[in-house]
Formats: sequence, C-alpha cells, structure tokens
Amino acid sequence: MGKKLVTVKVNGRTVEKAVEPRQLLVHFLREECSLTGAHIGCETSHCGACTVDIDGKSVKSCTHLAVQCEGSEVLTVEGLAQGGVLHAVQEGFYKEHGLQCGFCTPGMLMRAYRFLQENPNPTEDEVRAGMSGNLCRCTGYQNIVKAVLYAAAKLQATAKEAA
Amino acid sequence: MNAPERIAALQGLGDARLRKEDARFIQGKGNYVDDIKLPGLLHMDIVRSPLAHARIKSIDKSEALKVPGVIAVLTAEDLKPLKLHWMPTLAGDVAAVLADGKVHFQMQEVAVVIAEDRYAAADGVEAVQVEYEELPVVIDPFAALEPGAPVLREDLAGKTEGAHGAREHHNHIFTWEAGDKAAADAAFASAPVTVKERIFYPRVHPCPLETCGCVASFDPVRGELTTWMTSQAPHVVRTVVSLLSGLPESKIRIVSPDIGGGFGNKVGVYPGYVCAIVASIVLGKPVKWIEDRIENISTTAFARDYHMDGELAATPDGKILGLRVDVIADHGAFDACADPTKYPAGLFHICSGSYDIPAAWCRVKGVYTNKAPGGVAYRCSFRVTEAVYVIERMVDILAQKLGIDKAEIRARNFIRKEQFPYHSPFGFEYDSGDYHTALKKVLDTCDYPGLRAEQAKKRADPNSPTLMGIGLVTFTEVVGAGPSKMCDILGVGMFDSCEIRVHPTGSAIARMGTITQGQGHQTTYAQIIATELGIPSEVIQVEEGDTSTAPYGLGTYGSRSTPVAGAAIALAARKIHAKARKIAAHLLEVGENDLDWEIDRFKVKGDDAKFKTMKDIAWAAYHQAPPGLEPGLEAVHYYDPPNFTYPFGIYLCVVDIDRGTGETQVRRFYALDDCGTRINPMIIEGQIHGGLTEGYAVAMGQQMPFDAQGNLLGNTLMDYFLPTAVETPKWETDFTVTPSPHHPIGAKGVAESPHVGSIPTFTAAVVDAFAHLGVKHMTMPHSAYRVWKQLKESGVAL
Repeated sequence: MGKKLVTVKVNGRTVEKAVEPRQLLVHFLREECSLTGAHIGCETSHCGACTVDIDGKSVKSCTHLAVQCEGSEVLTVEGLAQGGVLHAVQEGFYKEHGLQCGFCTPGMLMRAYRFLQENPNPTEDEVRAGMSGNLCRCTGYQNIVKAVLYAAAKLQATAKEAA
Repeated sequence: MNAPERIAALQGLGDARLRKEDARFIQGKGNYVDDIKLPGLLHMDIVRSPLAHARIKSIDKSEALKVPGVIAVLTAEDLKPLKLHWMPTLAGDVAAVLADGKVHFQMQEVAVVIAEDRYAAADGVEAVQVEYEELPVVIDPFAALEPGAPVLREDLAGKTEGAHGAREHHNHIFTWEAGDKAAADAAFASAPVTVKERIFYPRVHPCPLETCGCVASFDPVRGELTTWMTSQAPHVVRTVVSLLSGLPESKIRIVSPDIGGGFGNKVGVYPGYVCAIVASIVLGKPVKWIEDRIENISTTAFARDYHMDGELAATPDGKILGLRVDVIADHGAFDACADPTKYPAGLFHICSGSYDIPAAWCRVKGVYTNKAPGGVAYRCSFRVTEAVYVIERMVDILAQKLGIDKAEIRARNFIRKEQFPYHSPFGFEYDSGDYHTALKKVLDTCDYPGLRAEQAKKRADPNSPTLMGIGLVTFTEVVGAGPSKMCDILGVGMFDSCEIRVHPTGSAIARMGTITQGQGHQTTYAQIIATELGIPSEVIQVEEGDTSTAPYGLGTYGSRSTPVAGAAIALAARKIHAKARKIAAHLLEVGENDLDWEIDRFKVKGDDAKFKTMKDIAWAAYHQAPPGLEPGLEAVHYYDPPNFTYPFGIYLCVVDIDRGTGETQVRRFYALDDCGTRINPMIIEGQIHGGLTEGYAVAMGQQMPFDAQGNLLGNTLMDYFLPTAVETPKWETDFTVTPSPHHPIGAKGVAESPHVGSIPTFTAAVVDAFAHLGVKHMTMPHSAYRVWKQLKESGVAL
C-alpha cells in the first residue's frame, strides 16, 4: 500500500511522517510518535480511551485516519501539563482520586479538557452527559465527576484572577 | 514536630493519602504492555474459528505467507513437537493452545500469523484458509449431560477420572460437594417450612478496558526469555512457563508492567501468550500480541454461569434450619477455571452466608459446553458472588413465603457478634463480625420503615406509574486465599511475600509478590510500612510484577493482597523494627527494654531527650553495625495465612420501575462495608464505587447469549453493556470497623465485596417491586426489555 506524507502539529510540535492511508490516528500517535498515553479499549468506537483533541474538538482517534489530520493541530495527554505544571483537569483527577488503573485516564483528561471549554460551569448531570463517550471500568465515575467539577472550579478561579 | 504532626507526616495507616501512581498515569507516562517497543519487534495476530464445534479438515497458509510483511504462520502442527499444542490449566484440565484437529468453541485460536506490524498481521489472518466440517453443538449444560449428547472432548476419551474425581459422562467435568448431606436432609424432612427455587447466575465478562496481551522476547544468545504480560500472577506464570518450556526459572523473567485493569480476567495463561513465546523462541525476535475487544470478550475468562437450585428449611417464624444447594456449572470447552487446586467450585461453600444455619450441604457439577473457558473472574473471590447471590435470594424467598420483613428475617438468623470465631456448617471459621450493628446503621440511615410505608402506599394506588422495590443484602465475604494446608495454585501454597530494604539515608524500597491492576498498592503498601517503621510513605518505593526482583508471590486476585501480602508487609517491617530496636539500644547505651517506640523513633523511657529516629538507625546500620549484627537494615517475610479474612457488608437499594417501558431507575444505593482496619479510606471508597458499578452492569444489563449454532451474540461494546457516567447511579458508602483478629494489622480484603454484594441487592430490589404480585425471583439481567416482559406477565404494564 502506498504511503502518504502527512504533516501534523502534535502538542505544538510539527511532525512529518509517511504513513499508509489506512493507518488509524491512534496508531499514528502511539507507534509513529511514541505518544503512548492514548489507549485502545475497543474496536467499535465506544470506550473513548483514545480521545484526543483535534482542532478544538474531542475526537476518538481510533475512528480517525492519520492522513485526515494533514495540517491539523492535535493535543494529547502528554501535552496538557505546561512547564511541569499540571493542567487543572490533571490536578482534579489526582486530588479527587479520579483514576485507578489509569487506562481510561488520558482519554478522560482530554475529554474533560475540551468539555470545560464547551461548558465552563457545568452541573453534575452535565458532567456525566458531557463525559459519556468515555468508559471507565475502575472508578464508577463518581470521583471522575468530582474531578471534573474540581477542575472547573479551579479554571474559573484562575480566570477570575487573570481578569 | 509534635506527635500528631509526626504521625501526619508519615501518611501511614488510615490516611486518605493521594496516590503515588497518579503522576505518571495523568501524564500518559504509564507503561502498559502495548506501549512496549523493542528493536526488531514483530506482531502476532490470531486466526480464530468461525464455528463453535467443527473438525478442521485443512489449514492453508500459502496465501497468507505471500502477504507483504508476513513472516510466519504457525498451527498446532508446529506446536506439537514442543508438546505445546495443549497446555495445563489452573483447574487441572488441559486447554488447546491452537486447535488440534477440531475446534471446541467459536473464536477459538486456530493459527497465528507473525508479521512486521499489526496491519500486516491482520491482512495475514484474512488470507489463511481453513476448511471445517461442522459438528453438532452443545450450548445448554443440562443437555450436555444427556446420554446422546455430542462428545466434545475427544481428547479425554476413556478417561473416567478427572482432576477432581470421577467423571460420569463424557461432558461431565467434576462433581464436588461440601457440608453434611444427611444432616441437611434430616432438617428438610422435619422442617415445617421449606422453599425451593432455580437461581441462574448468567455468564458475564470482566471486560477490563485494557485487553490481554504480551511482548515475548527470547534472547537466543543468552538463552533467556523475558515476557511482559498482562498477568495478575507473574511468578506463577514464570513457574508454568518453565515447566512447559524446559527453561530454568532463573532464565525466565516475567514482567507485569502497569496493567489497565484485571478484574480476574488476567489470572490465567491464554493461548496468545504461549504462541507469542513460541514464536519468539522460533524466530529469535520479540513478538507482541495484543488482542482486540471482541477477542477479549469472546475467548478470555468469563464469569459465573451457575445454575443453582437453592432450598431453605425453616420454622414458621423464619429461623433457618437447613440449606441445600445443587449447582450445574457451565465451564465451557476446557476447564480453565482459576481456583485453588482442591476447590473446583471455589469457595462456593461460603453459601451459608451471614446466618447461623445448623445443617447445610451443597453440590456443584461442572459440565463441558461449546464455549470459551473461564468461570472464576470479575470480582468473584472464587465463586463467592454465586454463593452470596443464592443465599440472599433464598432468604428473600423464604421471607416472602412467611410474610416476614426482609430485614427482620436476616436479623433473626444473623451469626451474633459473640459467636465469632464462628464455625460454619461448611467448615469455614469466620474470623469476626458484627452484623446486627451494621444492619441497624443502614436501616436507620435510609429510614427503612419510611421506605416500606411509601412502598405500601404506592402499591395501594393502582394509578402509580412506577413500581417501587427495596433490595437488602447482608453478606459475608471470604477473601485472602489462603492457608497452604487448604489452598494452592498448581501445587504452590497460597502464601504471599514482601521484601523491604531501608537505605542508608532512611528511604526504603519494598517489593511484594502481588501485582496491582489499579487497586493502589504502590500507595497503600507504603502506608503500612510507614506506620510500622516511622518512615514517611512518600519515600517508600513499592514495586511489584517483575519476577527477577520481587519476592515470589501468588499474585493479586480474590482480594488477597491486603490479607496475605498486607500481612507479609507488616511482618517484614516488624523484623526490621526488631533489629532497629537493637541498634537503637546500642546507640543509646541502654537495654532494649528501656526503649519506647513512638511514631518514628525509639526513646529512652523517662528521658524524652534521648532518642534515635529510624533515619538515625538506618544510617547507623550501614555506618557501623553493632557487634553481632549484620550491616544493613532489611527483611523478607513470606506469610502463610492461618485463615481467610471475612469482611461483610449491608447493602440497600431502592428502585423505581417505569410500568410503561420496564426501565428501572436506581433511586438510592447505600453500601456499608466492614473490612476491619482501613488502610486508606479514599482508596477503599474508589474500590467500592467501581465494584458497585460492575454490580449494576451485571444485574441490569450484561449477558453473553449463544444462539442454537453456538454463535456468541453481543460480544462487542455494541451490545455488551458497560455503563457510562450517565447510567451509573450515585453511590452512598458507609462503614463499621470489625478487625480481623488473626491479621497483623487487623485488615481484611474488600475490593470484591461491592461486586459480590451489590448484584443480589439489585435483583432483590427489582424482584421486591413485583413481590406484592407474587413474583419470587427474576433472572438477570434486569434490562428494560426483560423487566417489561415481567410487567406484562404480572398484568401491570401500562
């Protein structure tokens, strides 16, 4: 199968790779870019363990081709912390015990990161609905909801300070 | 620092300390099997059977070998010279690694393709041509035992004796019984009241978010094998691989890295691991195998599939006199059920529950069918899920027959606090418990009388759009396998271990024979040591999973980590503590008995100013050890538990069922768990939330139906029910503390309790919603469709 050159900005860095057109974005990230935070939990696009942020949207990277990302900006869990400082969503998951085995966590974090931009001040029910594309087998979600609300509060406080 | 500050600084026993594991996981820096890359890494994929039962007429590899990137195709013929086409199982049976002449279940492993990447391997799988000749299938375990039933296991032809006694039919695996049948029969013969019910616990799957996989790497120059794998018992795997491969254990290194959830799915050895290891040995290169979700659900260890005939004998005021349970267990095509060797039905004989039942007997008959192997998995504690389900359902059925309140009948039959240690009619010695106090706490908190009054009002109103059900379960778990006189895995006693080394500057590294899959061992184990040794848990590094470094242990399953390894940890630390006291006495020039231990230091009695901290002592141990003592400060302990631990719980659930749609809404779920001394309340709560959510999934939606041809239906996330945050109820948790008297820190296991206990609670609530209509029992899952059918049948559908 002929390879195709693809240029993508991943976590702010430009990556240029020749890939098969059929290569899924999740394999591109994990295998070509060695960004193994995003995980694979299913093959029917339900679990959301592979969720990354593409051009400002939460996308399940197992359901997206790498070649479709030509010219796109992709953010993965590895790009959330800035200068060694955890992003509010990461801090929230840590403080509220929102993870156990950690396998769903990168996808949850990437989804929460985008969700809180879509809805900066969500109710608990909105968090549950907003995160419903992401499956978790360990936590029973309750602490994940708390983690997202923690991050929402933290982001709001930071925004207020900045203003 | 004053004493409370020094205790707080340790972040030890009882502290809800945040997890040390989190930093890497929240930044995508975990190291799971599929993250591993090695030079020359090849990828393996598996050709699987499209049929449930068929003879293999031919396998044609030629087209597959032409696929670009494909390097090799292996079949049973290639494994035969190594005697690896079949492998032993934890249940004492054998399982086909690659189908040897015939397939026994759909999706069974038939051949493997090794290629340069996973895409090419998948192409190769498509190109392998296999010709089959269909055979009649056996799906129903009762039909399997009929005289004319098809013979599934031709490899066992003529074998009338299995690993667990006589086999009375070609599809019969074992019959196991416990208790006193004559006494139980006598109780039933004279009892004024008896009840009987067929209780089916459906086949479900643990479905960890990370599937099974491995990277096998045989180094032909050194003659050494390293395999990273999703294993909950890496040391056991090393021993098994050694026995099968002929390589000495010293040249085999099994590593369980970070595991994305196990839930009992990753205890056993799967054909994929064996094939990857063989392929790596044959090709001299590392071989990676990562299964996909459909393969995981279809072919790795399922859970349950118990058909249970439960019976209770009682007095008219509800005092239970006798219990009988007769079970048909569907084990699939090969018995690979993970259990201690002597217990083919696990610890099912805990089914007398939290009740003082004078006479009891149970029997379990295992049966082969054309399905994947398994049985024990998914927080079952070795069949305790089934045991608790059957007794709790039967007590409800008895209460209903006698018109006694469901809480009241339980309180009447509870083993009383002062009866512990209590000898059960099946021979268990329950360590401790206080069921009455815990039940009262739950009933008071949830205003149980108020709920019953509300329910009565709803029932009286023919126009109520919903049915209200109240489920109550009062369970006793048995975790911490286990005493080596009773429990072994393939002959290895079920001890566990810990090794702690204190460094010269006072930090420490500790390794255990267990392996976390998310339960937080790297945090909680450090907390135990912190309190024992007065070293902050922050600087105690905990590792598990590498057989070349960690002490031998039996792994993590059956909630055994806290009971067994947790005990080994405390006792290893106490060995260090004893030596530290000697060193402190030497340094302070006093007798050992003149010293008091206070949080993190030994101080001279009556002189607060004279003391040595553990940090001082660690340095002294390396700087200049006292005469007669070895330098250094470390210890190992292998712990053979004297008994299991028996945590318990009281769970209450309120549901509202929509009479129009059959949809069940969980209004409230209240879970009280007592696991004795609590190491980290935050982590326990997380285990409870996860376990209750699994219970919700099992009771309300999960199933693995087979059609008449043996096709497994719903084996992907298209149908296999995993709740999202939207469906998952909000959980309320509570606790009491009844320590285990035989455990070094009084701690019991707990992680499986929420799964074990919640499932019958959901069923109890759903059935209770129909109780006034004469419904005694409903089979899981309680999906909207199935509940709607009951609404129709009971004449109350809108």
